[in-house]
Amino acid sequence: MEHNHASSFMDEVSSSAPGGEALRTCIQCGTCGGSCPSGPDMQHTPRQIFALIRAGERDVVLKSNTPWYCVSCYYCTVRCPKEIPVTEIMYTLKRMAVRDKAFDDSKAPDFSKVFIRWVEEFGRSFELGLMGVHMIRHNPFGAFKIMDMAVGMVTKGRMAFTPTRIKGLDGLKRILAKAKELEAQA
Amino acid sequence: MNYTYFPGCSLEKNAACYDASTRAVAAQLGMQLTEVEDWNCCGATEYVSLNLTAAYSLIARNLAQASKNTSTHELVAPCSACYLNLRKCDKVLGQDPKFAGRVVQALAAGGLSYKPGTLHIRHLLDVLYQDVGLEALAAKVTKPLRGLRVAPYYGCMIVRPEFHDGGEDPEAPTSLDEILKALGADVVDYPLKAACCGGHMTQISEATGFDMIHRLVKSAADLNADLIATLCPMCQLNLDGFQGAMNRHFGSHFHMPVLYFTQLIGLAMGMSMREMGIGEEIVDARAALSRIGSEMAAEAAEPKRPRKDDKALPMPAPLKRA
Repeated sequence: MEHNHASSFMDEVSSSAPGGEALRTCIQCGTCGGSCPSGPDMQHTPRQIFALIRAGERDVVLKSNTPWYCVSCYYCTVRCPKEIPVTEIMYTLKRMAVRDKAFDDSKAPDFSKVFIRWVEEFGRSFELGLMGVHMIRHNPFGAFKIMDMAVGMVTKGRMAFTPTRIKGLDGLKRILAKAKELEAQA
Repeated sequence: MNYTYFPGCSLEKNAACYDASTRAVAAQLGMQLTEVEDWNCCGATEYVSLNLTAAYSLIARNLAQASKNTSTHELVAPCSACYLNLRKCDKVLGQDPKFAGRVVQALAAGGLSYKPGTLHIRHLLDVLYQDVGLEALAAKVTKPLRGLRVAPYYGCMIVRPEFHDGGEDPEAPTSLDEILKALGADVVDYPLKAACCGGHMTQISEATGFDMIHRLVKSAADLNADLIATLCPMCQLNLDGFQGAMNRHFGSHFHMPVLYFTQLIGLAMGMSMREMGIGEEIVDARAALSRIGSEMAAEAAEPKRPRKDDKALPMPAPLKRA
């Protein structure tokens, strides 16, 4: 029973990441964590996460801050002796945590959601809208810390006050709706 | 040299000087850039954290739009995140037919199609290094950047994972170093050239984000660099825009300007600071740029390491007791 439980979590993770099958070959060498620039702030190093996946510790893994502290720099991916696409596994764990609402801290998932909400509505990203919504929700006093930057961005003409809407927005919305439908079935 | 050009969201406004300098430099070098018609956001690192099929479909729409330009298969992106996403999407769709089937179906819902492998997706650095070449670049230099100490900063997403087909080492790339040398600049051997700027980390965990910015800026300052040359709008925003907040976080006083490599190429070709969008950076670069042509470079090249007392006997330092 325990064995099946453990292997089903491994199946789930390894089959939902491009190239994820290599995860089964992890030799627990720790090169990933040793290469990670944000590793010291992670609750578990990638190596520990992979051991936990193998042990079927689904809740611990999906609640961990580890995937949300991945900065997508791919050091681990190019250094892994077993060619495990570690960064892709981290993205996979984020998607699973979002789907199951399993994360402990909603700050990072919310950032991704707000970023994408603007993209889905207009076709392009919108920095002011992203920062505005995110800061009000998660860091209301953070705006004071970067006031000089915000003023600089505005006075130097680097801040757009309205999002750009693409012409083919209707088509894009149909594409994304279809994609989400197919993702849910997969 | 004919290319389809994918600017990306950052280059619309926040990194408008990167777009302007890229177009100006490309025109001088005889490159013809045709912008992808009605392109959309690549999703950065955010969409793939939420929905795999939607993330790749969003990117694939750009590939479909870009492949409408039948006059060339070369697609060039100046933003490292856009470059990586476009390239990764094309590669994954080619390798995983089952997954590609889903993306093809999604694209069809919007009346579009794309066949993996149609486009050759490249970063601007790769195009300038390989297609234009160092000789042609050097031949266009009228105002060499002599005396300017530049730290060449590649960041992560252009050299890793190994999607780059220019034969670059994923951890110790050299093409930007060579380009800057061809411009006459004094290029710093920058050990963190391929380290990560932290991406969106300042918004998730300030301490983590500022630490990553700090080590990059400090390393460049320790090596007496006048400025950092970058090729990614995310890196520029982090190192330049958040430098003040990082300084306050650490109680440090760094003033390290961060410019796009295309701005430096343009200056070396004799284009004006105004044309290159110099002045749009938050950490003012003008004082650093005034060092171009100065004779102080050789002196400044001496590392600032505390030197041992020559007259002292060769004895180990006494142990400090707690």
